[in-house]
Amino acid sequence: MTSHAISDTAVLTGRSLRHILRSPDTIITTAVTPIALMLLFVYVLGGAINTGSNESYIDYMLPGILLITIASGVAYTSYRLFLDLQGGIFDRFQSMPIARSSVLWGHVLTSLVSNLVSVAIVTGVALIMGFRTGASFGAWLAVVGILVLFTLALTWLAVIAGLSAKTVDGASAFAYPLIFLPFISSAFVPTESMPAPVAWFAENQPVTSIVDTTRALFAGEPVGSDIWVALAWLVGIIAIGYVGALAAYRRKVS
Amino acid sequence: MTTITEPAIRVQGIEKSFKDLHVLRGVDFDVARGSIFALLGSNGAGKTTLVRILSTLLKADAGTATVGGQDVAANPGEVREAISLTGQFAAVDEVLTGRENLVLVAKLRHMKQPGKIADDLLARFSLTEAGGRRAGTYSGGMRRRLDIAMSLIGNPSIIFLDEPTTGLDPQARIEVWQTVKQLADGGTTVLLTTQYLDEAEQLADRIAILHRGTIIQNGTLDELKRLLPAAKVEYVEKQPSLEDVFLALVGETGETEGEETGEPATAGTRADKKKKEEAAR
Repeated sequence: MTSHAISDTAVLTGRSLRHILRSPDTIITTAVTPIALMLLFVYVLGGAINTGSNESYIDYMLPGILLITIASGVAYTSYRLFLDLQGGIFDRFQSMPIARSSVLWGHVLTSLVSNLVSVAIVTGVALIMGFRTGASFGAWLAVVGILVLFTLALTWLAVIAGLSAKTVDGASAFAYPLIFLPFISSAFVPTESMPAPVAWFAENQPVTSIVDTTRALFAGEPVGSDIWVALAWLVGIIAIGYVGALAAYRRKVS
Repeated sequence: MTTITEPAIRVQGIEKSFKDLHVLRGVDFDVARGSIFALLGSNGAGKTTLVRILSTLLKADAGTATVGGQDVAANPGEVREAISLTGQFAAVDEVLTGRENLVLVAKLRHMKQPGKIADDLLARFSLTEAGGRRAGTYSGGMRRRLDIAMSLIGNPSIIFLDEPTTGLDPQARIEVWQTVKQLADGGTTVLLTTQYLDEAEQLADRIAILHRGTIIQNGTLDELKRLLPAAKVEYVEKQPSLEDVFLALVGETGETEGEETGEPATAGTRADKKKKEEAAR
C-alpha cells in the first residue's frame, strides 16, 4: 500500500489542482483582499504610521500582507475538503485500495501550490507599488521556505476544520481569526506603540517572529534569533496540526 | 473446493450504535457468490450504516463481517481490493468531466491504460458524447450511470449499491436495473439496498428485510411470498399502472435520454430493452 502513497497523492493532487484551474477565481479572490489592504495601508494610512525606520512603508508591511494572503487562501482547503465529504467522493476514495493519507496530502499540496501563486501575484503588485529588496538569492530561498512552512502549518489546521465542520460556512470561518492575527503583531506598526498587554501579546504570538524574520531577510539584514523562534512556532504548529488532522480523520472512520 | 461454498459476504452479529441510538442490533446474513442480494428497509432502518461497515468506512461495535473471505476490521486493505462502493449520493467529481472522473478512478486503482478504460466504459454506459462535459451538468440518470461506471473499474468481485435508484426517473431506474443484472450475469456479487419493494422483486436472488436494526426475514422472493396465506385466485381487469402509461408514451414519442447524451443512435436499442422490461413484468 505504501508503495502507492506517492503516486496516489500525485493523482489526487492533480485532481484538486484541476479544480483550481477550472475556477481560477479562488486564486484571484485570495489575492484581492491583501492587495486592497496593501493599497489602503500604503496610500491612506501609511503616511501617518511611524515605523521608526527609514525604509519605505511598503517594504515594512509586505511580510504581513503575504501572511494574510496565505491565511485567507487556506480557507479554500477546508471548503474543498468539506465538499468532498458532503458529495460522497471522499467515501468513494476511502473504500478504494489507495494509500490512506493520500486524500489529505492531495489537498495539502494543492493548497501549497495555489497559495504560492497568490503570494507571487501579491508580491508582483507590491513591486509595481514600489516594493524593493536587496535580498540575496539565499535570502529569497529562506523567505520562500518560511512561507511554505507557514502555508503547511495553516493548511493542516484548515484540514482539521474541513474534516470536523458541520456546515460549509463553518468550514471556512476558522480562517477569520488567522487573517486578523497579523494586525495584532509587528506586521503594520511597531509593537512598542501598543499598550503594554497588547504589546505583550503581539510580541509573543507567532506572526511577529515570522514577520520580523521575513522583513530582515528582505532588507538583507541579519535575522538574529527571530528565525529560530519563527521556525519553532512553525514546526510546532505543523506538528500539532498534522496530529490533529489525522485524529479528526480517524474519527471519520470509526 | 471451499472457495465456491464460501459466501462472498458473511455478516455475523454486527452491532453499531451512535451514542444512544442503536442502529444495528445484531445483523446476520450470508450472500452467495455471483448473486444479487437486496437489503430492504425503510429510511433509518440501518441499511446505509451496514453498507458503510461492509465497505470499511465504519467500524462495527460488535460482531464480525467478512467480505471476499477477508475480515473487514482486520484486513480492510484486502477488502478494498475486492469491493466497490456506489454510495447513496452519486459520488462523482462535478468539476471534472465524465471521462476525467473515470480516468481518475482508473489511476487510483493503478490500472494500465486508464484512458482506454475510460473510453470503453463511456461507450458501455452511453456516455461517449457527454464524456467531455463536466459531470456537474449531467442529469440524475447520467450521473448515476457514471457513478456505477466508476465503480466497475478494476473489475471488483463484490459491488455495494446503496439505494442506486433513489431519486431517478423511471427510465433511468430501468437502465440501472439492466446494469445490475448484467453485472450479476458476469459473476459479480451485488449487495444492494433499497426502499422500493418492486426493485427488490425485479432484481434480487435473495431479499433480507432489515427492520429496527435486525434482519426480520431473509429468503428468496418465493419464500417470502409463502409467509403469507396462499394466494387467492381472483379475476381482475388488468389496468395499466401509471408507470406503464408513462413509459409507453415516452418510449414512443422520443427519447429524453437521446437529448441528454446527444446519441439518438442508441435510442432504439434502449427503447427495445424497455419494452422487454415491460413484457417481463
